[in-house]
Amino acid sequence: MTNPNGRFGIHGGQYIPETLMNAVIELEEAYNHYKNDPQFNKELTELFNDYAGRPSRLYFAGKMTKDLGGAKIYLKREDLNHTGAHKINNVLGQALLAKKMGKTRLIAETGAGQHGVAAATAAALMNMECVVFMGEEDTVRQALNVYRMRLLGAEVIPVKTGTATLKDAVSEAMREWTSRIADTHYCLGSVMGPHPFPTIVRDFQAVISKEMKEQLLEKEGRLPDAVIACVGGGSNAIGSFYHFIEDKDVRLIGCEAAGRGVDTFETAATIATGRLGIFHGMKSYFCQDKYGQIAPVYSISAGLDYPGIGPEHAHLHDTGRAEYVPVTDEEAVCAFEYLARTEGIIPAIESAHAVAHAMKIAPDMDMDKIIVITISGRGDKDCAAIARYRGEDLHE
Amino acid sequence: MSNIGKAFENGKAFIPFITCGDPDLETTAAAVRAAEENGADLIELGIPFSDPTAEGPVIQGANLRALSGGVTTDKIFDLVRALRRDVKIPMVFMTYANVVFSYGAEKFISTCKDIGIDGLILPDLPFEEKDEFLPICRKYGVDLISLVAPTSENRIAMIAKEAEGFLYIVSSLGVTGMRSEIKTDLDAIVAVVRQNTQIPCAIGFGISTPEQARKMADISDGAIVGSAIIKLLEEHGKDAPPYIGEYVKSMKDALR
Repeated sequence: MTNPNGRFGIHGGQYIPETLMNAVIELEEAYNHYKNDPQFNKELTELFNDYAGRPSRLYFAGKMTKDLGGAKIYLKREDLNHTGAHKINNVLGQALLAKKMGKTRLIAETGAGQHGVAAATAAALMNMECVVFMGEEDTVRQALNVYRMRLLGAEVIPVKTGTATLKDAVSEAMREWTSRIADTHYCLGSVMGPHPFPTIVRDFQAVISKEMKEQLLEKEGRLPDAVIACVGGGSNAIGSFYHFIEDKDVRLIGCEAAGRGVDTFETAATIATGRLGIFHGMKSYFCQDKYGQIAPVYSISAGLDYPGIGPEHAHLHDTGRAEYVPVTDEEAVCAFEYLARTEGIIPAIESAHAVAHAMKIAPDMDMDKIIVITISGRGDKDCAAIARYRGEDLHE
Repeated sequence: MSNIGKAFENGKAFIPFITCGDPDLETTAAAVRAAEENGADLIELGIPFSDPTAEGPVIQGANLRALSGGVTTDKIFDLVRALRRDVKIPMVFMTYANVVFSYGAEKFISTCKDIGIDGLILPDLPFEEKDEFLPICRKYGVDLISLVAPTSENRIAMIAKEAEGFLYIVSSLGVTGMRSEIKTDLDAIVAVVRQNTQIPCAIGFGISTPEQARKMADISDGAIVGSAIIKLLEEHGKDAPPYIGEYVKSMKDALR
């Protein structure tokens, strides 16, 4: 739960320039007003169901279960949402809120491009202008998503500063917001940044665990033993965990991108290698050097390639309520291929991190145990990059 | 209370900003001395940060050049210690919250006191979060400088009432950088500030020419200039200090 001052334990807060303070206060007031407004919730539910295709399916992965020989495995199919990932949940919520606030322009950061595509989609639907900041490196890794955003009418600005990845895209979007606030809403894509963003994004993503719980109760008559999701900033993970936080017997497992390994510098595993800091508006754990300079992080997955983690996850880690485990590029790629061959489902390389961890723990669990893995997105966008990882000369 | 008040005893204050270690610390030291000799009243020393979210491209560039040159917080403390043998004007650090937090706030701020740093400007530490460092700053007599922005509106009085050292008025929306025109109604902001505090206020962001500086100082107690000075360092590198001296002189002359 969020404390009144926007804290999760010691984490969170509002470490942002004074220029933005009234903007986040206005956002918080608007959100507190609309979150319990029946008309707002009716419109949002209609968008979720009729436009985004919710509820997403909870699929029993029978072949995978049989092959691994342990716990029963269910997949929460966020990849089947419109635009192909969980990102649409948050974006529809924020775009609707921004519209109610009288904003006419959305700005967003994106890593893999899924949040940018979702933001561009919502902007097209709601007649809003949209500008997406994307690290130049990521525009190359995810060229198809750049095209999709432009096709949807958004302007994509490649960010060349710093490591030219997700963190730099966030910084640039924040800079843009300080220069143009009156008509612009910063549609932040993860459970990070200054309060109230971690709470707003969580609430819009919490539909994942709400449905998961209902669907599993219907299919199995009980709660799962473990819920597994990948974590960058952590929006699909918090969405998957949220309605289980009070159910203490449900293990909550977040899978961080270890890149080439947590003992190398080429990693993005924040809980495994980071320490407490203040960055991008929040107090949380960050990959950084001894002087507090933010470390250049690496993962094969553009969506998990971020040096921090959302403040609520940092708190769930502190209290021991959730576990955070590192998963390497190689493990994720193997899981990507495995799920494609075993279930005929190509997961996003981000989601493949969660699949990889399930593959590690399921065989040692009893056959009456249940794991739910959130497949946060579809993997079409990743095929060329994974082919290249495997040594094939494939370009989009 | 620090020495910051002294910066405003010599007419309108001119406050240059210099990123430490761009391109190296020897140049920074020479630039600080050139600025003092030519009339600077207070110096803002930037401790570079990897991801300076309040900075425009010019100061972002300086941060990256300094960090890739290997500058660290400890080396900057050594620089200030050496400068304090002869530099008399007040000096403040301008950096980001994580640089202070990660070093250990108590260790960072007590070192500031030891080496003669008078204040701290942290653009990502708004009023609501200042308790992160304020008790420690008070303990060591280092002023935590508050900022107000064109969007502060109903917040100006609250911020001004508790401001220490001097109040930094951000002239424009957006990040640091030179602007041809400043459109904010700064008179209105300064009026609210004056009603709520006795401490001096200076205007920064977007100021580069003597005319702009004079205009800003007319309505406040001083002008802060960053990007225009960093631009000189970008152009002249190690040879920049005399150019900085000349520039500071032209700016201070405009304020006299």
